[in-house]
Amino acid sequence: MSSLTKIILQRLGLGLLTLFAVSVIIAFAVELLPGDITQAILGQSANPETVAAFRAEIGLDRPAHVRYLEWLKGILTGDMGQSLANKRDIEDFFGARLSNTLFLGGVAAVISVPLALLLGVLAALYRDSIYDRVVNLTTLTSISFPEFFVAYILILFLSVNIGIFPGISNVSKDLAFGEKLFRTILPALTLTLVVVAHMLRMTRAAIINLLASPYIEMAVLKGTRPMRVILYHALPNAWGPIVNVIALNLAYLVVGVVIVEVVFVYPGVGQLLVDSVSKRDLPVVQVCAITFAAVYILLNLLADIVSIISNPRLMHPR
Amino acid sequence: MIKLFLSAPLSAKFGMVIIVAYVVLALFAPWLAPYKETAIVGGAYELWSDKFVFGTDNIGRDMLTRLIYGARNTIGIAFVTVLLAFLIGGVTGMLAAILGGRYDMIIGRIVDILMAIPSLVFALLLLTIFGTSIPSLIFIIALLDSTRVFRIARSAAMNVVVMEFVEAARLRGEGMAWVIRKEVLPNITAPLLAEFGLRFCFVFLFIAALSFLGLGIQPPLADWGSMVRESATLINYNDITPLLPAMAIAGLTVAVNFVVDWMLHLSSGLRSDQH
Repeated sequence: MSSLTKIILQRLGLGLLTLFAVSVIIAFAVELLPGDITQAILGQSANPETVAAFRAEIGLDRPAHVRYLEWLKGILTGDMGQSLANKRDIEDFFGARLSNTLFLGGVAAVISVPLALLLGVLAALYRDSIYDRVVNLTTLTSISFPEFFVAYILILFLSVNIGIFPGISNVSKDLAFGEKLFRTILPALTLTLVVVAHMLRMTRAAIINLLASPYIEMAVLKGTRPMRVILYHALPNAWGPIVNVIALNLAYLVVGVVIVEVVFVYPGVGQLLVDSVSKRDLPVVQVCAITFAAVYILLNLLADIVSIISNPRLMHPR
Repeated sequence: MIKLFLSAPLSAKFGMVIIVAYVVLALFAPWLAPYKETAIVGGAYELWSDKFVFGTDNIGRDMLTRLIYGARNTIGIAFVTVLLAFLIGGVTGMLAAILGGRYDMIIGRIVDILMAIPSLVFALLLLTIFGTSIPSLIFIIALLDSTRVFRIARSAAMNVVVMEFVEAARLRGEGMAWVIRKEVLPNITAPLLAEFGLRFCFVFLFIAALSFLGLGIQPPLADWGSMVRESATLINYNDITPLLPAMAIAGLTVAVNFVVDWMLHLSSGLRSDQH
């Protein structure tokens, strides 16, 4: 077996191990509560009979490892249990939510990744110019803004004042693709503004790091045009860190989605999670949490593997 | 101190002035605000007027008053949370650096796993279980954030622990607490201070986001995140009132970031002088 496949398999194993540990934490976070979650959820009105019935309902009366294995098997086979709030099977409504969230994240990624790469390369090309300084200041500021601030500014200008996009994104399954895209634009734009700043700064830094290396100096000295130096000499070697940055930011998108979905009343997993937390609907929260965590861990794993493949030096750790 | 302030770049000076203004607002809220924090003084959603400078909120409380008291609650809670996170993360990080071996490895793996879960999702899960009271909010976020502090404190302390003077202190027979307090801590204060600013921004935005989701600081306490949420519908009538608390949040994070930028620059400059 070549050393590359071995390292990748190692990382995959590590990722699966992390995922397993995380699923154990999510499944057993309930046990952390001093006293009992049933009392906390049912409140003062809990009498012994309702407590016993509730414990049986969420399975607290069975031993922990049995409960965990059943839960894990259920998640993997698509039997996610029942919501406490409305007694519906979670898998009935979870799939549609998940596909909505993935759609929103996908649209945001399709807009933000090329935009961030282009602006980042330009900032590296014209570094220390007016353009670079403006970009630096704007991105620093937009990183400091809370997501909902960006969202409401966009709503104010693009929805209320000009009125081109709807301020509430009520997408549903039977909507045509164009209409669905149109209603998703504002939340996707908010996410884009938040992520582009990070990606742009990191792309610029990755390229500028390389520009100090001797072979770039050689290329400049032999009279290559700046644009060509960046595109043909620097960029191929910067792909590793850049793809790494993209994967990390996509992982960030997965979480940023929660707040943006609430602002735009977008029917995705993030909104479901927030609703369920305020109703203390534990089974739904667990399913949402393991989904977010799994996507997050997988994207981080991807970033890790890409950076190993693109940088042969990492294949021989000292 | 004054010399240091004067030598700061314009953006950092601007940041410091803003931060002081926020702190004054937070400390003297009862004297500066025109009304009481939770008093209902008018109709719901009254417009901007001489009586109510920024109008009133969804149940008729004065917006300006709530904004001023919001500084106290939002900043205060974020500050306490970051302090706690630094206490937990700083102490375990320094212990990991000094003790090394098995303790270092076990804590390191636990931190790795905690960091593998997106912190917003983890916080939401824990808030479901423990409920949304202010003490549980502070403890949960401090615990999640202390993982980041642990990493910084550990790696900074690692460089100090191998120095001769630390070894000398241990050979003298000084206790662990003494070594941490007198030998390690003074030498890692600078990077920890800059990190404190960054962590504060992060925690402050994090609590604001949770409050905005209705899961953070609970009414009737005035808080900027929940104020945005409560007045959000006004945005559809072209009223910028909901943006005011959001702007208050953004203003403070921008100011802190400016100062932190300068501090990072300063500490890296000092380091290059020594080489």
